[in-house]
Amino acid sequence: MTPLVQVKNVVKIYKRDKLEIPVLQNISLDVPEGEFLALMGPSGSGKTTLLNLVSGIDQPTSGSIIVAGTDIAKLNESALAKWRSRNIGFVFQFYNLMPVLTAYDNVELPLLLTNLSKKEKKERVEMVLKVVGLADRMDHYPKQLSGGQQQRVAIARAVVSDPTLIIGDEPTGDLDRKSAEEILILLERLNQEFKKTIIMVTHDPHAAERARIIHHLEKGEFK
Amino acid sequence: MKIPFKYIFRNFKNRKLTTGITVFGIALVVFVFSAVLMMAYGVQKTLIQTGSDENVLVARKSANGEISSILTQDVVDILNTLTQVAKNNEGRPVSSGETVVVINLIKKGTEGGMSNVTVRGVSDQVFTLRPHVKLTEGRMFLFGKRELIVGSSITKRFEGAQLGGKVRFAGDNWTIVGLFDTEGSGFDSEIWGDSEQLQDAFNRRGGFSTFTFRLNQKENFAELKTIFENDPRLQQFEPKIERKYFEEQSEAMAAFIRILGIFITIIFSLGSTIGAMITMYSAVANRTTEIGTFRALGFRRRSILGAFLLESLFISIIGGLIGLSLSSFLQFFKISTLNFSSFSELEFSFSLSPQIVIYTLSFALLMGLIGGFLPAVRASRMNIINALRAS
Amino acid sequence: MKMLKVIFKNALRHKLRAFLTIVGIAIAVVAFGVLRTVVTAWNAGVESSAANRLVTRQAISFIFPLPYAYREQVLKVQGVETVTWANWFGGTYIDKNQFFARMAIDPETFFEVYPEFKLTKQELENFKKEQNSCVLGRDIATKYNLKIGDIMNIDGDIYPGNWEFVVRGIYTPRDKNTDLTQMLFHWKYIDERLRKEMPGRAGEVGWYVTKIKNPNQSSAISEEIDNLFKNSRAETKTETERAFQQGFVTASGAIIGAMNFMSFVIIGIIMLVLGNTMIMSARERTQEYAVLKTLGFSGGHLIAFIGGESMVIAIIGGIVGLSLTFPLVNGIGMVIPKGFFPVFNIETSTLILAGISALLVGVAASIFPIFKALHTSIVDGLQHIG
Repeated sequence: MTPLVQVKNVVKIYKRDKLEIPVLQNISLDVPEGEFLALMGPSGSGKTTLLNLVSGIDQPTSGSIIVAGTDIAKLNESALAKWRSRNIGFVFQFYNLMPVLTAYDNVELPLLLTNLSKKEKKERVEMVLKVVGLADRMDHYPKQLSGGQQQRVAIARAVVSDPTLIIGDEPTGDLDRKSAEEILILLERLNQEFKKTIIMVTHDPHAAERARIIHHLEKGEFK
Repeated sequence: MKIPFKYIFRNFKNRKLTTGITVFGIALVVFVFSAVLMMAYGVQKTLIQTGSDENVLVARKSANGEISSILTQDVVDILNTLTQVAKNNEGRPVSSGETVVVINLIKKGTEGGMSNVTVRGVSDQVFTLRPHVKLTEGRMFLFGKRELIVGSSITKRFEGAQLGGKVRFAGDNWTIVGLFDTEGSGFDSEIWGDSEQLQDAFNRRGGFSTFTFRLNQKENFAELKTIFENDPRLQQFEPKIERKYFEEQSEAMAAFIRILGIFITIIFSLGSTIGAMITMYSAVANRTTEIGTFRALGFRRRSILGAFLLESLFISIIGGLIGLSLSSFLQFFKISTLNFSSFSELEFSFSLSPQIVIYTLSFALLMGLIGGFLPAVRASRMNIINALRAS
Repeated sequence: MKMLKVIFKNALRHKLRAFLTIVGIAIAVVAFGVLRTVVTAWNAGVESSAANRLVTRQAISFIFPLPYAYREQVLKVQGVETVTWANWFGGTYIDKNQFFARMAIDPETFFEVYPEFKLTKQELENFKKEQNSCVLGRDIATKYNLKIGDIMNIDGDIYPGNWEFVVRGIYTPRDKNTDLTQMLFHWKYIDERLRKEMPGRAGEVGWYVTKIKNPNQSSAISEEIDNLFKNSRAETKTETERAFQQGFVTASGAIIGAMNFMSFVIIGIIMLVLGNTMIMSARERTQEYAVLKTLGFSGGHLIAFIGGESMVIAIIGGIVGLSLTFPLVNGIGMVIPKGFFPVFNIETSTLILAGISALLVGVAASIFPIFKALHTSIVDGLQHIG
């Protein structure tokens, strides 16, 4: 079976003024469907860049990134936006919820890019909020929720459109240990119970332990 | 536009002070803008109401206004025999040879400040000719006597112009025996008397200013025009539908107010457009992470552009509505100013028309559109990764 | 000095915002300058009128004439130096939209009473010699491209008929606010034709202008002149030229009032724009101000920081605005019809007022942010998220 994500010979060089900063040097990586992968490495190792490339918010200097059969390195910007809405669920370090929207409205956001009926949207949002255990908080605004609760709303938002891949960028980086634990349990559950493929960047070894496999990056190369 | 309206609306509400200031700035400009249009329209409306569609006013061709027009008695006699002039029950022509002069009266509350007032000498058919003129108090002046009736806005604004009062001009005292009202036409700013008495007093016997008559049939106006073109005795004169004549009298004034006012408000609007721009730029800067998140979730650049533009339009339309509702109160006020074409003061009220509402709101939206455009473009052009990192 | 540097740096920290705010203030200052110039232009007739000239007109209304015979009587009054007279001619040149003053005057005395209208000796002589000649203000001559020797046809309204004039002189200004938009021709030329065509209207004078020896006697002389004609058919009203002009200005009071109101509105708008900027930058810096307070900076320092920043922006905007006002006013002066505002100059008082307004706005805009910064406790400030 072909892997869900195939990163082949990817090079990423950032240009700042006339200076070229190589961030990723000829990286290749396969992620099979149903995997829970943790990327670790020190700051500046290129782990977040790799994550950005796989999630289609950045483009490689060369090489190809094939996710579920599509080479996203070849997509133009608007096709990429559409692709992201179908295939990627994001969980950010600082949750990135819209402060002016309720938990419910935040979770509903990705569904606004689909053609689901109003009723279907409602069912889905309520369902995922139940999964993350916040069904009773759906009318709360982010600032009325704790950090852990906000991150759970963010996870609900990441899975509500049933994406191919869930991307976590330090999902526990801003949380206390107890809340972090809850988030990791939730991610594990999504992986095992709902068969979600998850790629997560972290520098917390505790968090990485939850993953099925850990890759270490250093200076733009796997170790 | 995929970004929910709730997001736009709640953000609008969120930063109350800054948004409020911007809304208020736009409201001020809109207030001035609509006030100017209402003033110009007020002048026009007042003068349009003055004339009737069914009457024809004859004046000397080159005359800029009634006071600079001269018609002699023989011309008036010729005009009265025209078949196009309507007749009353007794078979007399419904017409009025009018003598228009300007006099000085003391304005109330200005400690002797003088201002010009139009005095119109009329003929006895004038009430049949202009049925919208209603006597409200006292009686009609007697022909052959030095008596006057006074328009409602003159009574209000000038000393001695009240019922029973006396106005002194042309070496004589004229008694005010009645008050009249036309519900807001230019006649309210006039004093009426006997045309012949006025000519007498001012030493211009047989010298009328204009001649107004009722057309027997509206369609006959074209016919009338050819008569004026062909009769050598009438070639110096020009017939005009009375309403149109007075409307033209308002043009110079209305255009002056409009041009000056619009010029000023356009400069003003630059100020508040910049205000809106500053507010929107700061809204964009404050929400950089949110923009990045929207983009990461798969929202397109144009949705972001649309959301910020809409927010800016929202600010401007609220400002527009506030400004407009403030200026609509101006309708209760009457002001007076010198009308260039009659050299006398004309009282009018600010008036609002559906057209002014549309112009005003479009103007507000335009400010929002221009003020919001560049910030919205900046928002939509942000690089996702940089935007996400911005916090 | 360090303080000043920080203030400047802060003011320009958000380059775009600082730029926009400065542009906003500059625009408002320009608008203010233009509005005030319109108001002063309106009053220009009053300003330029000499104190040693009296205007005598019909008591009822300026549109009624006075007998020519009054001239002799007025001349006899003690203290009167010269008497000249004029009639408003009106009429149409080319079409009704070409508005400028056209007046019948007495060439012998007019330029003596109005020395600010300058003609060369030759021009004056030629003008006096030829009865159907006229002289033009420089601005009107330029606008219609008229030269000496050109023919002008005027269609009369108050004085019916076709009138033909030959341009024999173009007058130049003595003062900055001299009206350069008039057309002047022989009163006799008009009068003689009236004598033939409308004898009833011959021998009429629109108004007399009297030059008096001592301006302090103006009210006594006015009274004396008016007393001469009491209880006659044409009673007179004599006042100083200034008071006469003031009458016109008062009549258009509503428009002047509206303009004055609008010049306040524009100051309000500047205040909102700058105030908004100051509130935004102070809010973003709540934390910094808290840190400064922690370090021991006093309330006075904060006031200097915020107020200074506001003043820097207001002053730059004010200077830019003032320097743009000149070309703009000149541009408008060229665009508007010449007869509308005979004089359209920026007054020094306008510049001073505009400058002061910008400064006041700078102060006013910083009041609220200063108040807020002073009343935010250090703990709240440190926790503030921009």
